[in-house]
Amino acid sequence: MMLRIKRVPTVVSNYQKDEGEDAARRGGGCGRNCLQKCCIPGAKLPLYTFKRAEEIPGDKCVLEHDDNQAPVAFLDSLLLGQWEDRMQRGLFRYDVTACETKVIPGRCGFMAQLNEGRHLKKRPTEFRVDKVLQPFDGNKFNFTKVGQEEVLFQFDASEDGEVQFFPDAPVDADSSPSVVAINVSPIEYGHVLLIPRILECLPQRIDRESFLLALYMAIEAGNPYFRLGYNSLGAFATINHLHFQAYYLAVPFPIEKAPTRKVTTLGDGVKISELFDYPVRGLVFEGGNTLQDLSNAVSDACIFLQDNNIPHNVLIADCGKRIFLLPQCYAEKQALGEVSSELLDTQVNPAVWEISGHMVLKRKKDYEEASEENAWRLLAEVSLSEERFEEVKALIFEACSYTLSEKEDEHLTQGAGDDKPPLEGTGSINKGRNCNMVSGTQECLVLQ
Amino acid sequence: MEPPQLGLIEQSFNSRYSNWAREALDELPDNFTITDPCISGHPIVFASRGFLKMSGYSRDQVVGRNGRMFQGPNTCRRSVMEIREAIREERGVEISLLNYRKDGTPFWMLFRMAPVFGKDEGRVIHFVAVQVPILRRRQRRRNGEGLCGEILSNSCRREVCSSSSVELAGVSAADSDCRALEIEEKCEASDTEKQLAATAISNVLSVLTHYSESTGRLVCEKRFGPSLVSSSLHISLGRIKQSFVLVDPHLPDIPIVYASDAFLRMTGYARNEVLGQNCRFLTGVDTDPSALHQIKQSIQAQQACSVRILHYRKDKSSFWNLLHISPVRNATGKIAYFVGVQIEEGSVDRHGLSPEMRQLSVVGSIKVAVRSSSMSYSIH
Repeated sequence: MMLRIKRVPTVVSNYQKDEGEDAARRGGGCGRNCLQKCCIPGAKLPLYTFKRAEEIPGDKCVLEHDDNQAPVAFLDSLLLGQWEDRMQRGLFRYDVTACETKVIPGRCGFMAQLNEGRHLKKRPTEFRVDKVLQPFDGNKFNFTKVGQEEVLFQFDASEDGEVQFFPDAPVDADSSPSVVAINVSPIEYGHVLLIPRILECLPQRIDRESFLLALYMAIEAGNPYFRLGYNSLGAFATINHLHFQAYYLAVPFPIEKAPTRKVTTLGDGVKISELFDYPVRGLVFEGGNTLQDLSNAVSDACIFLQDNNIPHNVLIADCGKRIFLLPQCYAEKQALGEVSSELLDTQVNPAVWEISGHMVLKRKKDYEEASEENAWRLLAEVSLSEERFEEVKALIFEACSYTLSEKEDEHLTQGAGDDKPPLEGTGSINKGRNCNMVSGTQECLVLQ
Repeated sequence: MEPPQLGLIEQSFNSRYSNWAREALDELPDNFTITDPCISGHPIVFASRGFLKMSGYSRDQVVGRNGRMFQGPNTCRRSVMEIREAIREERGVEISLLNYRKDGTPFWMLFRMAPVFGKDEGRVIHFVAVQVPILRRRQRRRNGEGLCGEILSNSCRREVCSSSSVELAGVSAADSDCRALEIEEKCEASDTEKQLAATAISNVLSVLTHYSESTGRLVCEKRFGPSLVSSSLHISLGRIKQSFVLVDPHLPDIPIVYASDAFLRMTGYARNEVLGQNCRFLTGVDTDPSALHQIKQSIQAQQACSVRILHYRKDKSSFWNLLHISPVRNATGKIAYFVGVQIEEGSVDRHGLSPEMRQLSVVGSIKVAVRSSSMSYSIH
């Protein structure tokens, strides 16, 4: 049985059209500056290259920049300046700073924003929510179709280990650039999309290399109020083209303030804790002997979840020092008609930002009546149940610890299920497969 | 990041408190630091003898630096966040924190911080932070049992103490290296230690209050009257290294309510000479009136604009100012300020950013700062 929900997708690019309009455009050159073969040759964009921190322990980079009193880092400046430039050029659908926003009184500090212009008054489209892994579909909207004016800069690792900036660098298709683009329906000032290896048209799913890129971005920006987020399919991602989101909000997020209980430390120094006294159950990853260790631990957990069809959201906070992983089941409940109409009427789709405590509301009534109770109630619906979360948690740990014990072991073990995508070329074994799981069903998970 | 000039640090202290204040503070046995959130980098401006002894650093190594220098890999990030937020919200905080001495050894201490308000400004001018080392107790760990009863009953973070011990027993039963575990766990302060912290804070605050009277620039423990630009906004704005001013269009004659250090350096004025003034003091005989008119019109139309205008420094020398002005809204969605970002024609940016891009990045940083700092109901 296929599970579907109807929702009006958020417009993130001025070139994102309805399905019908996209199809009509398919034939022939596009006649404007997009990022496809027709327009890439000769295209130029600013390029920011960051220094890889191979041997530097995860916390070192941050000790330089993590304070809100440290001077504004260059990447921060670049991003904000480019964003403001696009604001003044009128590329956004509305001025997000003209939207009223507040911290809801209470101990959690949920944030609410009244944004009537974000959601379109259009026909809702159907989204399949029971498949976290779906193949890329070139006919649908993807980020190679955005206009180059919506791209702020290319973002990649530097060749020679130094931070560099090139105001006008050619876009070299062969080097598989990653880019940062604006979200034309911003949730907050500076709302951007990080699109790893954009020309490779990767579907929305985590791989080690892309996640590491996102982590580097958090570190380079050096601003604890610049956070990155990821939504898997089934957890309210609307576009099946690999992307992370990010924006600035200089207040603490409720999820960051939630108490945590340490659960375990992996062999490579990554500390995993569990949230408690928070409406959504989730894990927090910190530490690690190196940055790669932290990045891989989270990536591997995500890869496990996506391979096992569990929708999830990820929040990268505190300049990349704290990463929250939240499996969720709201879309499934919605598809099965289990969500109250009262909650559905608010039209809040609980993606990573909402789960972290930042709600964008489209109706004045919801904004005026926003309370900690309401927010809590909505988010509680998103969370996996305690039982289910315990199951998933245990499996994630197995998945993460398998990676380490198998570093020397070159055996590729066949997992259950033939519809899994091929291995990434990362050189390590995807341990999720070693647990003989029955994939595809969410109701029962067979443990070996 | 280079530490701010010693001159600024000295002035932070000397302009507020009489000379005897340092002596009086030096007589206190407690460990404490005094920091100035209005100086870029929020540096320490005073460190007590006790503090220097506890941390193993000399005065020169500490004054001018930010408190994060004492943090290290095992310092709890969430605790650091709590302190950061308390600073931003101009309130006190008390929390156990793991710090590192100069020789690299970690130690737990009870960190208690309190704001000091300037009576005239109505905003925080200093933070006083007291550090009470938490003495290590014999911690026996048995399956199912909590930590030493004393800690458990005094802990206000009961969930951490009681549950972490159970988890630890389960996860690393083989790990008998108690010292490593102790560092990782949250270490709670005893009632005595908390009392010491409270007394210390009180001692320092009374010295500061007393010795501020003779300078005429009184300080107090509670905010007095509304503040024009909150100190949390001050801190955010302090991170921006370029020249800019914030003006308030709602006040008569649209005065400057904030001026960056770089602006003061560029124009040669002191801060108290520009705050409260309209920007027209920058104009002179050869300033083009049509440029002024353009600025006025943009402000009225609530729009951004860029002009090239001839401005004059305090010493009467002139310079071409590539001025960019933009409205800045706060959390209500309405315009709260206008920002003016100045770039001296011909100056070069080391990163290769064009003047326009540099200015826009300042505008962006300010928009984020103003919007975010006005979101919390507690700030108003």
